[in-house]
Amino acid sequence: MQTFDLEAQGLRALNQALHNLKGQTNETSWEVVNPKGSHAIAVGVDAPIDITVRGSTGYYCAGMNKQATIRVKGSAGPGVAENMMSGTVIIDGDASQYAGATGRGGLLVIKGNASSRCGISMKGIDIVVHGNIGHMSCFMAQSGNILVLGDAGDALGDSLYEAHLFVRGSVKSLGTDCIEKEMRPEHLAIIADLLKRGEADHLAKPSDFKRYGSARKLYTFNIDNASSY
Amino acid sequence: MCGIVGLFLKDPKLQPQLGAMLTDMLITMTDRGPDSAGIAIYSQGKVGHGKLTVQSATPEVDFKNLDADLKDALGTPVLMLVKSTHAVLEVPAGQLDAARSALAKIRPGMKIMSSGEGIEIYKEVGLPKDVAARFEVAKMHGTHGIGHTRMATESAVTTMGAHPFSTGPDQCLVHNGSLSNHNGVRRELKRLGMTFETENDTEVGAAFVSHKLQQGETLGQALEATLTDLDGFFTFVVGTKDGFGVVRDPIACKPAVMAETDQYVAFGSEYRALVNLPGIESARVWEPEPATVYFWER
Repeated sequence: MQTFDLEAQGLRALNQALHNLKGQTNETSWEVVNPKGSHAIAVGVDAPIDITVRGSTGYYCAGMNKQATIRVKGSAGPGVAENMMSGTVIIDGDASQYAGATGRGGLLVIKGNASSRCGISMKGIDIVVHGNIGHMSCFMAQSGNILVLGDAGDALGDSLYEAHLFVRGSVKSLGTDCIEKEMRPEHLAIIADLLKRGEADHLAKPSDFKRYGSARKLYTFNIDNASSY
Repeated sequence: MCGIVGLFLKDPKLQPQLGAMLTDMLITMTDRGPDSAGIAIYSQGKVGHGKLTVQSATPEVDFKNLDADLKDALGTPVLMLVKSTHAVLEVPAGQLDAARSALAKIRPGMKIMSSGEGIEIYKEVGLPKDVAARFEVAKMHGTHGIGHTRMATESAVTTMGAHPFSTGPDQCLVHNGSLSNHNGVRRELKRLGMTFETENDTEVGAAFVSHKLQQGETLGQALEATLTDLDGFFTFVVGTKDGFGVVRDPIACKPAVMAETDQYVAFGSEYRALVNLPGIESARVWEPEPATVYFWER
């Protein structure tokens, strides 16, 4: 276990040490203490390592993550796991705005609530939120899955492309071109897998959820609208 | 950007440390706005006494014999405490308006930062650490306070463009964001008798809330009205003699974190601002919801 005191050693030293780990390494287990809400903790990691942050983080924690498993034992500020490529990020507390934004892959788990714009423009990431998500979540989400055990705020999935949205609780309002869709067996299988990987299979079952997706009226070419393009 | 911090103390034992706690919080937020900084501190003064905080670009001239000149104008005793470019003038509470009018005559170049029974406001161009040191904010005690560090967008970097803005007795407001309909709202408020010192958008937000309070609305009602009548981005934190309120616009892109314990309610633009508060590890920490009014009153 490598223990890194962020207050004493500084952010650049932490991220440089993590970036130096390429391919196989024996330093597979890292602990970051005294994060104190600092920005950009463990951004751009590209190695199959485990990192545990003991406390709450500020902006952009775990951004652009590849391969690593990053746990935050606290809450995360805006932009956690932004543009994640692969690996896993688990937030024990809440996440602020635009968690998992533009994520290309990997798994983001938020055990508390996520605020506005969760999964905005997601492109392949899987997101599991044990609590609620705020307004404008999954705006222009392109692909990937989001599973919400609680409620969703206003304008869920506005201008949605092909991401799968699963919500157990209420949805305050659906965004433009986002509709409720039928739940088929393959969707129940996706949910079961997300519940398991999202450490939530003891909290809900697949049949509890409703599926939302794109009505495909906004982003597909429609000959009747040719004069508007 | 801009950074906001706020503290509303529930535990009187923390009152002697209010200035020190707020100073520490504000300095942490320096990189959100290095243009200017300000702080409003509320303390319980002597019963029946009021305070005017005044500011001068030429304090050595304006503050010379100011207490004596004001005493002559009002016919009541005046206590004065000078801190750098600011001075606090203590007068009987019933004489606050008279003192304000008198000051406009005897020191026309001076600016009034705040007026009321509890409030004092200190603000200047510069970094939070320098502004706080200049006014010895860390030594101040009080019941609640609000600090702001500014990254200017809507008006020039000047002392009067710094936050907090005070547009009514014991009232103040700080803002992260920018209002887009402030010119229209300012025209309307002027028509209703409100006066303005600057072209700043935040001053309009402050005057809007003050006008509602003047009309007899509660702090909660006044803050609700900002959601329908003000257009733009805002996270507002407001102070009154006994209260402390927070509201964010419906889009809520300007960050905000709150923490509450048995000892205090705290606000920070980021969690970083709160990390040194006592008992923060076990505090209830949350992000205030969009278009939702929060306020605490004694």
